[in-house]
Amino acid sequence: MSAAKVTYLEAIGQAIREEMQRDEAVFLLGEDVGTYGGAFKVSAGLLEEFGPERVIDTPMAEAAIIGSAVGAALMGMRPIAEMQFIDFITCGFDQIINMASKMYWRAGMPVPIVIRGPSGGGTKGGPFHSASPEAWFFHTPGIKVVIPSTAYDAKGLLKAAIRDNNPVLYLEHKLLYRLPELREELPAEDYIVPLGKAIIRREGEDMTVLTYGAMVHQCLRAARTLEEEDDLEIEVIDLRSLSPLDREAILESVKRTNKVLIVHEDTMTGGIGAELSAILAEDLFEYLDGPITRVAAPDAPFPYAPPLEDAYLPNAEKILTAARKLAAY
Amino acid sequence: MSTIDYLKIYYFMRLTRAVEDRTRTLFLQGRVVGGVYTAQGHEATTVGAAMTLRDGDCIVPQHRDLGMHFVRGGSPRAVMCQWLARGNSPTLGRDGQLHIGDIHHGIVPSISMLGESLPVACGVALTMKMRKRSTIVLAPCGDGASNTGPFHEALNFASVQKLPVVFVIENNGYAYSTPTYKQFVIQDLADRARAYGMPGESVDGNDVMAVIEAVGRAVEHVRSGKGPALVECKTFRVRGHSEADKADYVPKELHEEWIAKDPIVRFEEYLTQKHILTEANKAEIEAKVKATVDDAVSFAEQSPAPDGATVADYVFAPDGPIAIVGEPGAEDPRYINALDRRTGEPFTTMMNTNVPEEVGQR
Repeated sequence: MSAAKVTYLEAIGQAIREEMQRDEAVFLLGEDVGTYGGAFKVSAGLLEEFGPERVIDTPMAEAAIIGSAVGAALMGMRPIAEMQFIDFITCGFDQIINMASKMYWRAGMPVPIVIRGPSGGGTKGGPFHSASPEAWFFHTPGIKVVIPSTAYDAKGLLKAAIRDNNPVLYLEHKLLYRLPELREELPAEDYIVPLGKAIIRREGEDMTVLTYGAMVHQCLRAARTLEEEDDLEIEVIDLRSLSPLDREAILESVKRTNKVLIVHEDTMTGGIGAELSAILAEDLFEYLDGPITRVAAPDAPFPYAPPLEDAYLPNAEKILTAARKLAAY
Repeated sequence: MSTIDYLKIYYFMRLTRAVEDRTRTLFLQGRVVGGVYTAQGHEATTVGAAMTLRDGDCIVPQHRDLGMHFVRGGSPRAVMCQWLARGNSPTLGRDGQLHIGDIHHGIVPSISMLGESLPVACGVALTMKMRKRSTIVLAPCGDGASNTGPFHEALNFASVQKLPVVFVIENNGYAYSTPTYKQFVIQDLADRARAYGMPGESVDGNDVMAVIEAVGRAVEHVRSGKGPALVECKTFRVRGHSEADKADYVPKELHEEWIAKDPIVRFEEYLTQKHILTEANKAEIEAKVKATVDDAVSFAEQSPAPDGATVADYVFAPDGPIAIVGEPGAEDPRYINALDRRTGEPFTTMMNTNVPEEVGQR
């Protein structure tokens, strides 16, 4: 493989291609994934390389897509089911919640499927093309949930998800797909990023920021400002994997910094931050020198118009404000 | 069809009825803790449809398909352990009802969301197609499930992909208390097939020989690679939706009409006329059915209850290689799907193989 820098989107495409080359049980199905190469061109070229039996253009029918993936997985295949936009996962919700996620626990048969698709806002997608659906599935036993924030992780996490023997929800952030600053050289050799392992993106002693997905980059931006203007050293942890959650990494960091800010793009109430807050309050009560603080979208559906979307989405500025308030404790 | 086959069909119909009757008794005695859903009147449909299958074929049975389980090798002991919530049930006590199966023996376990198993059936069939097999999937559902989105998504997807699936609608007149005229306005649910470009046929679901012929035609079509087919078996649920339901919404005359069409009585008459069923072999079959049911109940009652400490175990499957079911080596215990990894033992849904004569056409 050339050492050319690849985008987050190309890294996802590489992972699918290499896994399909490595294992004939792996195949892709979804709407417009074949001839068209996917709405965002993630799967461009795969139909030509693997043929229509392994790159399946499906009808517009998410229950059929996910349900067929479950049936094939029971047979020992490793299907990748694409949701054209992750918002549409609701149309296949039952297959995930009641069929796939309970199967091993109640019947002893593994269901190695990956459900993936573009999530997140910032693209003027409005209420039906901007979802961050992680909390629904984070709450559900039996399915793993991962969200990469870099090209390296996008490839490595997807490979690990495909090789995992359980249902895995792999959330791509569409804003990161072609972001020039995320282009990077990837290792020529095969690698994975294990599920359940967080990574420290920036080290610091004054505060821990727990985040994931596109918000990692907003948090890093805020952290740079806090260093320059406030002389604060902020530790930024990219969770990468929400389920399983790397509790050890979270607790280790917060024990050192004694302050924690949680940032996510999804709405506030009952979000990932709520559970992280509970874990920290239960396990690290005596270590905390300030209130566990959350920055998240307000409890409203995702809006369309730019001023509304700007008001809705967390960003570096909102993170900065919250971090300064927390730092003052 | 040989005399042995006729008697085998009769045996499975009687066994199905007897296991359900006993389950009802256990429920009334308070020994079944959850809801009980039985299918008196469905025996010709569920047994007949399954009798058309061959080795390697799969079924995706629903809650009124106990007969289908038995024809394909499902174990009465496993069924009773499941009803009695034993720790050694196929779900280790985690689930009840007929939500049991294992894919190595061609049985996909169902869930309570009726209709949702049909897309899963498509995925099993898709794998058969991708692996260029001549096996097929038999996917039954009820009249109620035929109104769900997944039913229509599955039939359409199966047709577009030319998947080897025989869909069977067991139209038993009611979805819980809702009669068919409140569910759809067509006369024959087989007409739903036309919308998806597949053959559809309606048949008397209480006539086991008619069911075998009609489903057999569909199986032949599907096995030849022409894509899916649909058969509607018109039958009747002569008891309530569950044992908590007195079904007093069913008009008395309608109920009596269907009681008179009891599929087991009709088949007995047919077999007697053909001099296949005699007093002697009937008594023999009845004794065997009773012994099988007694054995299943006694096995289940002697089985341990699950240990509460294990409730959160097995939420996730372990790492390790997964085999493609039905291919050489797939039963090699090195593959994590070869054994029930929760117990380290073979899956327990099937009859003991030392009684192969009870195992349909497998």
